[in-house]
Amino acid sequence: MALTRRGVLRTVVLLVLGAYFLVPLLAMLEFSTRGANGTRDLAAWSGIVDDPDLVEAILVSVQLAATSSLLVLVLLVPTMTWVRLRLPRLRRLVEFLCLLPVAIPAIVLVVGMAPLYAWVDYFLGDSPLTLTFAYAVLVLPFAYRAIDSGLAAIDLATLAEAARGLGASWGAVLLRVVVPNIRTALLGAALLSVALVLGEFTIASLLNFDTLQVRVNLIGKRDAGVSIAVSLLSLLFAFALLFLLSFAGGRRGAADGEG
Amino acid sequence: MVAPVAPVPTAAGDRPAPGRGPARRAWLEWLVVVPFLAYVGTFLLYPTALVLAGAFQDARGGFTLDNLVELTRGAYLQAFLRSVELSALTALLGAVLGALLSWAVAAGRPGGALRRVVVAGSGVLAQFGGVPLAFAFLATIGFQGLVTRFLREHLGVDLFAGGAWLFELPGLTLVYTFFQIPLMVIVFLPALDGLRPQWREAVEGLGGSSWTYWRHVGGPVLLPAFLGALLLLFANAFSAYATAAALVSQGSPIVPLQIRGFLTGEVLLGRENLGKALGLGMVVVVAVAMGLYAVVQRRFARWR
Repeated sequence: MALTRRGVLRTVVLLVLGAYFLVPLLAMLEFSTRGANGTRDLAAWSGIVDDPDLVEAILVSVQLAATSSLLVLVLLVPTMTWVRLRLPRLRRLVEFLCLLPVAIPAIVLVVGMAPLYAWVDYFLGDSPLTLTFAYAVLVLPFAYRAIDSGLAAIDLATLAEAARGLGASWGAVLLRVVVPNIRTALLGAALLSVALVLGEFTIASLLNFDTLQVRVNLIGKRDAGVSIAVSLLSLLFAFALLFLLSFAGGRRGAADGEG
Repeated sequence: MVAPVAPVPTAAGDRPAPGRGPARRAWLEWLVVVPFLAYVGTFLLYPTALVLAGAFQDARGGFTLDNLVELTRGAYLQAFLRSVELSALTALLGAVLGALLSWAVAAGRPGGALRRVVVAGSGVLAQFGGVPLAFAFLATIGFQGLVTRFLREHLGVDLFAGGAWLFELPGLTLVYTFFQIPLMVIVFLPALDGLRPQWREAVEGLGGSSWTYWRHVGGPVLLPAFLGALLLLFANAFSAYATAAALVSQGSPIVPLQIRGFLTGEVLLGRENLGKALGLGMVVVVAVAMGLYAVVQRRFARWR
């Protein structure tokens, strides 16, 4: 293959920007494995599991990731399905409400949520899991877009009509017809939500809940090694989730092509 | 429009009172969307309304414009100007470099490993990085970072000769490009995929060079998408908080960090509503950027 000018430029761009993004990641690996006197050790990495508060915070974040994705799916799937089938006039409104969090910075939202959470504490206790309500707002735009494209890809009206004609209840239509047909979209919405919740810092830190990123930031003030190790770990974990997602999307594309 | 689905006659479903039936069913149809509306109303609209209304209230709840007037002065105005400057600069840097990276990726195989890795990596850095990004930069160019030590020990260059710039505005600019470039890749790659190879072949067939192609075909077609992405990147940087909060613990050079001061009680009592006015200011700036984005998007959609 001839070395075209275009090929050379492309290689240069990829190498330079590739280095720009890889060097900090390598630096994190290097920094987190520094021992005394220029040796290498894994103290920072084993420090992750030795810190009970950090382990606790990781567990809180994992639970929040699960509850937030579940809440947003339970709220959006029936609503969006129903609006498409029976209340098309509401479609603009639902879309506007779901995309609204994009225009309201999280730092602003937290100003308004602080008084609200005094009430949430009062009624539900001050469990960090109450952050689920705030996080479902944050993931709303991502989940909406994923589910909307999932619903647009199937012939919802015909499917629902057929199921209803065969005597299925609306609940059965939702769970046994709609959900299986948009499962890739639901998986996408859930994976995005999980990644977003695991990385969230603004709301948790300002409402004083101890989540993964809040703890990472706190540890960073006394032991940079451990917090850099956890940071790298959480970036790699989010990367793995989104990498998996790219294959899930690919499979749906292939299946559509066959149909 | 979707054709209404015929109700299935069953023993349970066959009992609407004559005359009241359709009205009653219409009311039931709305019931399905109530949980969603109640949730969004409580956790999205109510907090937002609280901020917007609070911006116009004094400490006793009376109407006032003092909070907004305060924003046009001194430290608050400075913070807004710096925030706009930081967002505009990193949006421009991110858009240009991100467009180059998108182009380099789009030239590869559509389902290839390079593309999957870059897209997944972009998603992580653009949306979920937050605090980890701050630590990535401490590990790289912090006082004891890998690059700092390499430059000091092997080339005799001191990165911090000019002061602790990493923890100030220049540092924020550098770190922000680390999530701006990936966001550009996410939003710009689909636009590049819209370029047909036939257009390039047509230009080459007519004797045009690569420059002719970009000048007369590729550039104009991509311009709306590029401008839209620029606005989106601006809003993104303007809204960002986590990375800056983890990096800058002293002082509040930008608006989000000033709002932090109000929430953590570092500011005089009785001035809480000034924090809400700052919030209103941020919403206005972001809403203007997103509104322009929507306009550009619509124009782009027409062109396709």
